[in-house]
Amino acid sequence: MSWMDILALVVPATVFLAAPLIFTALGGLFSERSGVVNIGLEGLMVIGAFTGIVTTLYLEGLGFGAWSPWLSLIAAVLVGALFSLFHAVASITLKADQIVSGVALNFLAVGLTVFMVRNIFGKGQTDYVTYRISRENIPLLQDLPLLGPLFFQRVYYTSFLAIAAAIVAWYVVFYTPFGLRLRSVGEHPMAADTMGIKVNKMRYIGVMLSGAFAGIGGAVFALTTAGNFAGNTIAGQGFMALAALIFGKWHPLGALGAALFFGLAQSLSITGQAIPFLQNVPQVYLLIAPYVLTILALAGFVGKAEAPKAIGKPYEKGSR
Amino acid sequence: MIHKWLNKGKVTNILIPLISVFLGIIVGAIIMLFIGQNPFVGYSALLSGVFGDVYYFGEMLRMMTPLILAGLAVAFAFRTGLFNIGVEGQLIVGWLASVAVGILVDAPAIIHLPLAILAGALAGALWGFIPGFLKARFYVHEVIVTIMMNYVALYVSNYLIRTYLLAPGERTERISSSASLASPFLQSITDFSRLHYGFFIAIFACLILWFILWKTTLGFELRAVGYNKHASQYAGMNVNRNVILAMVISGGFAGLAGAMEGLGTYGYMSILAGFTGVGFNGIAVALLGANTSIGVFLAAALFGGLTVGAPNMQSQAGIPPELVSIVIALIIFFVASSYLIRLVINRLQKEGK
Repeated sequence: MSWMDILALVVPATVFLAAPLIFTALGGLFSERSGVVNIGLEGLMVIGAFTGIVTTLYLEGLGFGAWSPWLSLIAAVLVGALFSLFHAVASITLKADQIVSGVALNFLAVGLTVFMVRNIFGKGQTDYVTYRISRENIPLLQDLPLLGPLFFQRVYYTSFLAIAAAIVAWYVVFYTPFGLRLRSVGEHPMAADTMGIKVNKMRYIGVMLSGAFAGIGGAVFALTTAGNFAGNTIAGQGFMALAALIFGKWHPLGALGAALFFGLAQSLSITGQAIPFLQNVPQVYLLIAPYVLTILALAGFVGKAEAPKAIGKPYEKGSR
Repeated sequence: MIHKWLNKGKVTNILIPLISVFLGIIVGAIIMLFIGQNPFVGYSALLSGVFGDVYYFGEMLRMMTPLILAGLAVAFAFRTGLFNIGVEGQLIVGWLASVAVGILVDAPAIIHLPLAILAGALAGALWGFIPGFLKARFYVHEVIVTIMMNYVALYVSNYLIRTYLLAPGERTERISSSASLASPFLQSITDFSRLHYGFFIAIFACLILWFILWKTTLGFELRAVGYNKHASQYAGMNVNRNVILAMVISGGFAGLAGAMEGLGTYGYMSILAGFTGVGFNGIAVALLGANTSIGVFLAAALFGGLTVGAPNMQSQAGIPPELVSIVIALIIFFVASSYLIRLVINRLQKEGK
């Protein structure tokens, strides 16, 4: 097996597995930069996956054909944003413990979606969708030497969308007034309030953006990888996205890099059997790599990860 | 009349969980109405799924056992101001360690059983030590570390079973009978449910938690650290040591919960496709139980009952059993958002005056 063959096997799988993580980690970024911890990313992905699959099935039935999964991504964004209001209301307005609220959101998401699936389909999982988001060859670019086979042949458009979203998020968070306001309420809400920024409103926006992004992340996972929805369709990807966010130090491009890295680890645990020098490495090391690395990053062994300063604290007007 | 009664802070503390449970059940009823079912039929099917048969009652007590221990684990950490989301992982390693000792060690029951239980507790304690140590030494937030440790526990345990303990059916061998908590007597009086002696261990653990927290110097220090870390430091307490100790003890309770599953309910450990959910329910149990022994016991009874009764709701009333997870999630929401309930209670108090 030549190096080229190995790369042609690993690189597309990496980008493809990273896409849902990138979207969801960016979602977590908006919420946490505004000062609201979002442990509920996993649950929001579940909602997104459910919405993506059920809407696609419905639209297929109406005859939308290959457009169905793409329209469903939009639905997943909207439903994800709406569902995240649970977390926003509890943790911002009702001053609930943000971590507890996130945990409850995860519970609620799985319970509610499987409940509805049982109600609609009469069984624990949905039917498979006919039209998935499929692999495409990108015209022209696919013929590039070297790069073509790695990045532009049999790829998902959603992967490019995810990478573009990360770059846009980077610009928005660091180079726009909105981004400045968002970061200010996450670092020093009191000072932001003094400057006339509506702290709670910014936080609501942050949390709803997290719902929108995690929603599309879940839907992308369901519509590219799974093809149907059940209670265990999303199994830890939300927490892995959270890990990517922390490992990437709450920076959009950092999160992008970390998500790609975790995608690589995942792809190696799948494709590793075919790669000569990885065959004897137990899969378990690659499976736990993202989690162990996050712990090490937090402990400062991989460079100190600095969280937004006001994270986790409800804002009370007039308090310091 | 009512405001005098409401004035006592303790009553408010009991009212909030009760109101939360009530609200959770009401919303559950609304959801049933929404899908065109009769809530009374649904809830009575749920109740008869718990109390209708001594077998189901035995199963509820069986279900309560790990829930109590997981709830105690979360509650104990909460008292020191720590949030242990890692109960699930600590439970998994505890389950594996106890089963491993139950299979690999050969000894008379008087030694073997305590040894297997201890192995479970120690494995959980070790899994709690890591986030505790990182918190004390590097100021790393325990929530993220414990979440990550959950996944490490899941994958490593599956790997160890697959590599060293595999038996047909994607699981380990059965443990030797000398390490088993199974009780023919308890089974026979509950129409052969899987109720086992672990239930008494869980009750005993409630007493232990109460004793440690309220009757020992260690408990006083742990609670003090939970109330105000800086004041405790100033008073000469070793905050870092207490943080580590709290996580170790919390993990020990969680590991014990796993040992109950391994030595009592199942007698083996399967390769897990995902989390058991017991650890996460433990968070709900601790929150609802206001981090007290008696509260944890009662909350475990409620959630154990809901879980055991849910399948009956499906078979008798055609309501998906997931309704129960929705109700549990909503109860957590309401407890966590008790700000709203407190607000209403305060309003009532003022009007009464």
